Amino acid sequence: MTADTTTLRKTPGRPGAGGVTTRPPRRRPASPARRSGWTPWLYLLPALVLLGGLLVYPIYQLGLISFLEYTQAQVSGGEPATFQGFGNYATLFGDSQFWQVLLATVVFAAACVLTTLFVGCALAVLLTRIRAVPRLALMMAALGAWATPAITGSTVWVFLFDPDFGPVNKVLGLGDFSWTYGRYSAFALVLLEVLWCSFPFVMVTVYAGIRAIPTEVLEAASLDGASQWRIWRSVMAPMLRPILIVVTIQSVIWDFKVFTQIYVMTNGGGIAGQNLVLNVYAYQKAFASSQYSLGSAIGVVMLVILLAVTLVYLRLVRRQGEEL
Amino acid sequence: MSTRALLRVRLPGRLAAEAAALVIAAAVAFPLYWMVLSAFKPAGEIQSTEARPWTLAPSLDSFRRVFEQQEFGRYFLNSLVVAGTVVMASALIAFLAATAVTRFRFKFRTTLLIMFLVAQMVPVEALTIPLFFLMRDFGQLNTLGSLILPHLAFSLPFAIWMLRGFVKAVPDALEEAAYIDGASRTRFLWQILFPLVFPGLVATSVFSFISTWNDFLFAKSFIISDTSQSTLPMALLVFFKPDENDWGGIMAASTVMTIPVLVFFVLVQRRLVSGLGGAVKD
Repeated sequence: MTADTTTLRKTPGRPGAGGVTTRPPRRRPASPARRSGWTPWLYLLPALVLLGGLLVYPIYQLGLISFLEYTQAQVSGGEPATFQGFGNYATLFGDSQFWQVLLATVVFAAACVLTTLFVGCALAVLLTRIRAVPRLALMMAALGAWATPAITGSTVWVFLFDPDFGPVNKVLGLGDFSWTYGRYSAFALVLLEVLWCSFPFVMVTVYAGIRAIPTEVLEAASLDGASQWRIWRSVMAPMLRPILIVVTIQSVIWDFKVFTQIYVMTNGGGIAGQNLVLNVYAYQKAFASSQYSLGSAIGVVMLVILLAVTLVYLRLVRRQGEEL
Repeated sequence: MSTRALLRVRLPGRLAAEAAALVIAAAVAFPLYWMVLSAFKPAGEIQSTEARPWTLAPSLDSFRRVFEQQEFGRYFLNSLVVAGTVVMASALIAFLAATAVTRFRFKFRTTLLIMFLVAQMVPVEALTIPLFFLMRDFGQLNTLGSLILPHLAFSLPFAIWMLRGFVKAVPDALEEAAYIDGASRTRFLWQILFPLVFPGLVATSVFSFISTWNDFLFAKSFIISDTSQSTLPMALLVFFKPDENDWGGIMAASTVMTIPVLVFFVLVQRRLVSGLGGAVKD
């Protein structure tokens, strides 16, 4: 895209071109492969078929179901699905529990993203300041946490904080304090687990990015007497901007749709649903109480929120002038 | 190495940093240590309220209980089949697609790239409902296919996006030289491009392997009546009991479930870090 616009700008000045009829020359001659019209589509075919059938079509269906009345009777074919217009959305938005869950989801995801990014970046910087052996130890521990499946991570963390048999309460002298009983302590426990398994991605990626920064730049900064904090803020952070954007967006996406951790650690959404997030809420509505249309409407709300985040991301990428 | 400049910290500062790193490493590794330890503890020690960080009499009882559980081996195999199929198929399909969008110019190329990016953001969990009906209509409920196909589709956009940088990095001159030497396009694709992009494929597979191996929601929603088609997460749930959880069993099953991923990570660890670095430089 950028290549085309630069060549366009150059061509009008060419003598004898007339400026209208001749096509601007390509930046470099097309190789034989580039000329054939169908080959790229052939290569893309399997991916497009899969995405079309299992992503695009289900999204269409999700939207459709959210406008229908779709409960057990319609699922079993006993009654025809009737069009409800925005009825399901009206029901959903009229339910105070929905707003409470939405708020909890946003606050919980934001807390997860902020702590993950902070811890991940801080440890990435720490990794650059230590020798090989402690670095390897931290790297290996982090890879272990990263590799742990969400469900086993959840069970282990619940066990660590178990009021009767867990070591944490013993060490902290909390007696038989139950972490999963209270709303905030349960969310805090899930947050710790999410932090544990998601900071490694941020740490490893940012560390790889720091290592890609040329030595001279950092040396020059430290020769000029810049402090560590100043080097990070004024030299490294701007150079790492593309990576920081990627890890931030990935964290937002992952943390916004946490399912397994909440489901397993708070036993399906906590006492009286106090720890529900949108994902688990949609699941409970659809599969536990057969209100498929309400579940779908919640899914649509999530989709809209995440697409909004994507648009912001695309604008950030575009502003940096990255060529797609 | 670029870290040298930063290493020029005063010695006491560096020692403090290294001590901190070791303490943090220990804290991060502790949950995994506790999991494995508890899996080897005899039932009596788990039930005791002392919570010792070692065991007096390591025992395999919990593991025995796990493997005696009906069909646990079957679940394990199912998980391996599902994750293995998704990793290999998505690597292959994403490689072709990434080649198409980086080494060819064609109409809608940019549109497609943006679509792949947007596709990554779709909350797949929200699609459980329509996918459930889709699988039902095609008679795929209670089959491994109902787990493989969606995960394959969902891992593709990220895989394509990540591989793009690796395919782009292969110089055009190499491609032209291959054609001048008389190689066909297919030959260039599989004998030159594929081996060169392989490290990128490895880094990409880590993500598809983890997301598939982790799957809990789809297995819970799509495998409902024929439990012989279930996967490991379901085997774990058996040990959660309404009156009192069998923590020994849960920890042993968790250990068995974590080991394949740990092995996979250790195998690809170097490639993963350099792969992320490569994606980053791009």
